Amino acid sequence: MNTDTIVEFNNISKFFGSVIALKNVTMHVKKGEIMCLLGDNGAGKSTLIKTLSGVHKPNEGEIIVEGKKTTFDSPRDALDLGIATVYQDLALVSLMSVTRNFFMGREPMKGFGLFKVFDIEKANAVAAERMGQIGIDVRDPSQAVGTMSGGERQCLAISRAIYFGAKVLILDEPTSALGVHQASVVLKYIVKAASEGLGVILITHNVHHAYPVGDRFTILNRGKSMGTYPKKDLSREKLLSMMAGGEELDKLEVELKEMDRISKFNN
Amino acid sequence: MSTKSQSIDRKSQDERLRRVSKLKKLLNRPELGALGGSILVFIFFGIIAGDSGMFSAYGTLNFLEVSSNLGIIAIGAAMLMIGGEFDLSVGSMIGFAGICIAIPAIYWGWPLWSSILFAFSMAVLIGYANGILVVRTGLPSFIVTLAMLFILRGATLALTRLITGRTQVPGLRVLIENDPIAWIFSADVFSGLFVWLGSLGLIALRQDGTPLATGVPTSVIWWIGLTIFATWILMKTRYGNWIFASGGDKLGARNVGVPVARVKISLFIGTAVCATIYACVQVLDAGSADTMRGFLKELEAIVAAVVGGCLLTGGYGSAIGAAFGALIFGTVSMGIYYTDVDTDWFKVFLGAMMLIAVIFNNFVRRRVTENK
Ligand SMILES: Nc1ncnc2c1ncn2[C@@H]1O[C@H](COP(=O)(O)OP(=O)(O)O)[C@@H](O)[C@H]1O
Ligand SMILES: [Mg+2]
Repeated sequence: MNTDTIVEFNNISKFFGSVIALKNVTMHVKKGEIMCLLGDNGAGKSTLIKTLSGVHKPNEGEIIVEGKKTTFDSPRDALDLGIATVYQDLALVSLMSVTRNFFMGREPMKGFGLFKVFDIEKANAVAAERMGQIGIDVRDPSQAVGTMSGGERQCLAISRAIYFGAKVLILDEPTSALGVHQASVVLKYIVKAASEGLGVILITHNVHHAYPVGDRFTILNRGKSMGTYPKKDLSREKLLSMMAGGEELDKLEVELKEMDRISKFNN
Repeated sequence: MSTKSQSIDRKSQDERLRRVSKLKKLLNRPELGALGGSILVFIFFGIIAGDSGMFSAYGTLNFLEVSSNLGIIAIGAAMLMIGGEFDLSVGSMIGFAGICIAIPAIYWGWPLWSSILFAFSMAVLIGYANGILVVRTGLPSFIVTLAMLFILRGATLALTRLITGRTQVPGLRVLIENDPIAWIFSADVFSGLFVWLGSLGLIALRQDGTPLATGVPTSVIWWIGLTIFATWILMKTRYGNWIFASGGDKLGARNVGVPVARVKISLFIGTAVCATIYACVQVLDAGSADTMRGFLKELEAIVAAVVGGCLLTGGYGSAIGAAFGALIFGTVSMGIYYTDVDTDWFKVFLGAMMLIAVIFNNFVRRRVTENK
């Protein structure tokens, strides 16, 4: 595999009791590209990225980061390797302030030895600046996250991940809760992050969000990979039909025709 | 010209905005309710019992001492509650720590300082056990520490009877005098100041000329010191941010790299250590350990923390609030003796106080978390 590859997944399987959430999934992401992971609800997308961000341990298969086989005991291990994730449930604490959420787990410090303290002034400044870049004007970074709208929270989680994601940025359905305008702002921001050299894994079930920004597309269906395709080999229509929804719609059409024929016959 | 006046207008408007939001911020502070409550309690007793001696040096130290004892364990309880857990074994830990100090010192001939250290190491061990059980099993801490409440109290009673044949272990007083560390828990502070105030006739004296109030009890110093320390941790350190995060949303916190299990275990150790400080203060003051010491104290500590603004669901609260919660508790429990009110009513007051606090906290939480 080429040297630009940052992260590789080889034959990953994950079981929850008797549920096979993932079976032999293989995937990789390169520097500066956006790899889209598509699939219907329940396909196993969130489970797949949770194994890459250290939340779950895979039952089978290996994770290779920059050529080295790696296991993650906690999300902290993945973060330490520069893999940052925006989870579908965002991992924000609504009772805590914007700043305290932004730096949760990675607080900037000042001072020496025993008297090292959380540098809240610096943290406030960075949080406000980063939120500003993604188009959210935070007047008071000490306000609780609970007072923010869904879109603002999404942007907070995204700018936090970009700030800490040194190498790989994983986004789980980042646009699903957003309006059209906010979604395009977020997508532009993701493209910018990739152009700066990050490897991005973008998860969505919205083909219209994935197709314009993606370089390669991996389709997941009921825990299995249906393959990875570069954009040039894939039209928007083909991508649509490859997702479980597409196939089913085709089948639905056939069934409807059949029903039509039968009812005509009966009459 | 017009643009200039406009910009000035803007500026003054901005300043007004900022002032409003500062007031709002103050209203959103968790300790606000307990601070207001403390002021009300002082006004109440100031009017009803102002000339009864409650606020003399002696009276004041009395209710401060009661408040400080509770305050010591309330700080630990508050930190743990902010971290999203409860510890119902605090009261039993107090009794257990008491006999850990007394039995080795009196029956086994250990120097007092070493039995004090022994009690603290047992506290770390038991706190660790509570923490690891909660973290590993995923059971509610309410259940795990309720079990520990019975185990510890039972073990305290059984071991004490087995070793001493009784339920009390007296005789510590003589050991305190020459001990290198016992004074940390039992000395009176600023006693020189009190002698001086007495000689000036500013405070009441005994017949032999020594002041009635001999000095500030060390427990008050512990109370204030622990409050400052805990507040510093919560507001200024990385670990403090982790405590709020672990209590606010433990999965989210873990997902962004907070070592939630470690944070929670350390907080359980914290409550057990606070219980042991309480035990040291009381046992060394009384000169004896009693197997029933600390009975029901875990509930009082939780009341103080909740009155102080901690949410039962975790992720929100303050150590200063818990300190004020303890102050309200101590002031009322002592103050009631200076009024005509029958002391039986104290528990009624306690329950009502807790209810009001919970309703108020709920309101604050909604203000903080809901969209404008
Ligand atoms: N922690 C879990 N325990 C048990 N089953 C789970 C767990 N997480 C996910 N699953 C199951 O795994 C499957 C894939 O879920 P998920 O990865 O969330 O899908 P997607 O994100 O693609 O919608 C689902 O059937 C889901 O019920
Ligand atoms: Mg999902």
